[in-house]
Amino acid sequence: METIDFIGRKLELDADGHLKNFNDWDKEVAQEFAKLEGINELTERHWIVIEYMRKEFKENGDAPSIRKLTKESGVDTKELYALFPKGPAKKAAKIAGLPKPKGCI
Amino acid sequence: MKKLLILGAGTAGTMMLNKLNNVLDKNEWLITIVDQHEKHYYQPGFLFIPFNIYNCKDVTKPKRDFYPTGTTVINSEIDKIEPKENRVLLKNGQVLGYDYLIIATGAKIKPEETEGLKDKLWYKNIFDFYTIEGACALRDFLKHWEGGKLVINITEMPIKCPVAPLEFAFLSDWFFTEKGIRDKVDIHFVTPLPGAFTKPRASAILGDFLIKKNIRLTTEFNIARVDNDEMKIVSWDETEIPFDLLVTIPTNMGDEAIARSGMGNELNYIPTDPHTLRAKNYENIFVIGDATDLPSSKAGSVAHFQSDILLENFLCVIEGRKPRAKFDGHANCFIESGFGKGILIDFNYDTEPLPGKFPLPGIGPFSLLEETKMNHYGKIMFRWAYWNFLIKGLELPIESNMSMAGKRL
Repeated sequence: METIDFIGRKLELDADGHLKNFNDWDKEVAQEFAKLEGINELTERHWIVIEYMRKEFKENGDAPSIRKLTKESGVDTKELYALFPKGPAKKAAKIAGLPKPKGCI
Repeated sequence: MKKLLILGAGTAGTMMLNKLNNVLDKNEWLITIVDQHEKHYYQPGFLFIPFNIYNCKDVTKPKRDFYPTGTTVINSEIDKIEPKENRVLLKNGQVLGYDYLIIATGAKIKPEETEGLKDKLWYKNIFDFYTIEGACALRDFLKHWEGGKLVINITEMPIKCPVAPLEFAFLSDWFFTEKGIRDKVDIHFVTPLPGAFTKPRASAILGDFLIKKNIRLTTEFNIARVDNDEMKIVSWDETEIPFDLLVTIPTNMGDEAIARSGMGNELNYIPTDPHTLRAKNYENIFVIGDATDLPSSKAGSVAHFQSDILLENFLCVIEGRKPRAKFDGHANCFIESGFGKGILIDFNYDTEPLPGKFPLPGIGPFSLLEETKMNHYGKIMFRWAYWNFLIKGLELPIESNMSMAGKRL
C-alpha cells in the first residue's frame, strides 16, 4: 500500500496517487497536494472549484468532468486551466481528495 | 401485442434488431426501429479512405439490407423520448408508444464545440476523418499535398475508437514514405492524454512505435481554439502549435435527441448500469453502444460484446426476472500500423491491454501488443466479417467477456 507523509500524518493513496479515503481529507491535506501539483497557494477561486468537486462527488460518486465543472462551478474553462494548469479535472480532483475522474480513461 | 422500440440503426441497433428478431415470438412482439439515415457506414473503414486504400463504396451499404423481414422501419429524426410516458416523439409527427425501449443513438463529432474549428479553413486545411465527408475531402487534399506540418489533434476524451488517431499517424508515416515525401512531412501527434493512449502499458508500447516512426508526440494539450489566420492550434494555457494540415478529432457527443429528452450527461451520454446495460433511471429502457456513459471504449467491438449481454438480460427482464448477465467492458481493437502490419489489443474495465496471443492462447493467430502482418490481415478481414456476420447478429468465434488465457502479465 502506498502512503504519503503529510505534516506528520500518514495517508493512504490509491494506484493513481490520489487520496484513498475521502474522509482523510481536510484543508491542510489539500494544501499539501496542491504543492505537489506545483500550485503554491490555494486562492478563494481554487476553493470554489474544490468545494464544488467534493459536493458533486458526495452526490454522484464520481468526480465531475471539465465540462461539468465549467457548466456548474461558476468558473469558466479558461480560468480553470489558469488555476489548475494542464489538467483541471484531474488536478482539482487530486487536491480535493477524490479519485481520478472516471471520464479520464 | 407487446411493443419493442429500438432507436438508432447503426452498428449496435441493427445487431440488436437482428438478434431479438430471431428469438422473440412474432405473435407476441411488435418490433419497430427508427433511424433518420438510409445509409449504413462501416465506420472503421473511414480511416483508410484518406490514404486511398478504401473508397466510399467499400464502406457504404443501404441500411435496408440489414433489416429482417417483418420489421417496422421508420425513417425519421427523433424529437424526444418521454420515458415517464413510455413514448417517443418523432420529428415526422409520429408518436410511438413502447413497452421496452433500446437506445442505440450513438455518438458523433461536434466540431462546433471548439472555437475556430469549423471556420474558414474547415475542409481546406482542417479535416476530420470520422465522417464520410471529412474522410473523402481529406483524401482529395492529400492527393496533391506536397508536405509540411501535419498535426493530428484529439480535442477531448472520450472519443469513438480511441486508437484511430494513432492509426492515422502510423498510416500517414507509411503513406508519405510510399509517396517519397516523408522527409517533407513533420507528423505531430497532439493529445490531451498524458501518453499516446489511455491505458499505461499500451500507452508505453504505442509511444515507442511513435518514436520508431519518427512521429512527434505532445501530451496534455487541451485545445481551446484554432487560429485560422495564423494556422495554429492554441491550448487553454496558451501553448501554440502551428500546422499546415490539421487532422482533428473533434469533441464527440451523444445525439441531440438525448439532450432534448433530458436523459443525458453533459456530453449527451445516457447514465447506464455498466454491467446490466439497463438505463440507470428506467427499468424498461436499455442502452447499448456509443450512446452509453460507460467507461469502456466507444467501438463496434464493444457494441458487439454488449449485444450478447443485452440479449440475455432483455430476455430475463421480459419474463419478470432480474438481469443477470454482466458486461465486463470488453474491447478488442486492431491497430493498423502501416507497411502492411498491425497491432492488436484486448482489454476490459479492469484489465489493461497486455501482450500475448489471441484468440487461441499460445497459438494466436493474432499477437497482442505486437506488430505483425497477421494482425493486419485480421483488420482487413474484419470488414467482411462485419458486413456478413456481425451486423446481421450472427455469432463470431470470440467470447463477449474478456479472457486472461493467452495474456502475459
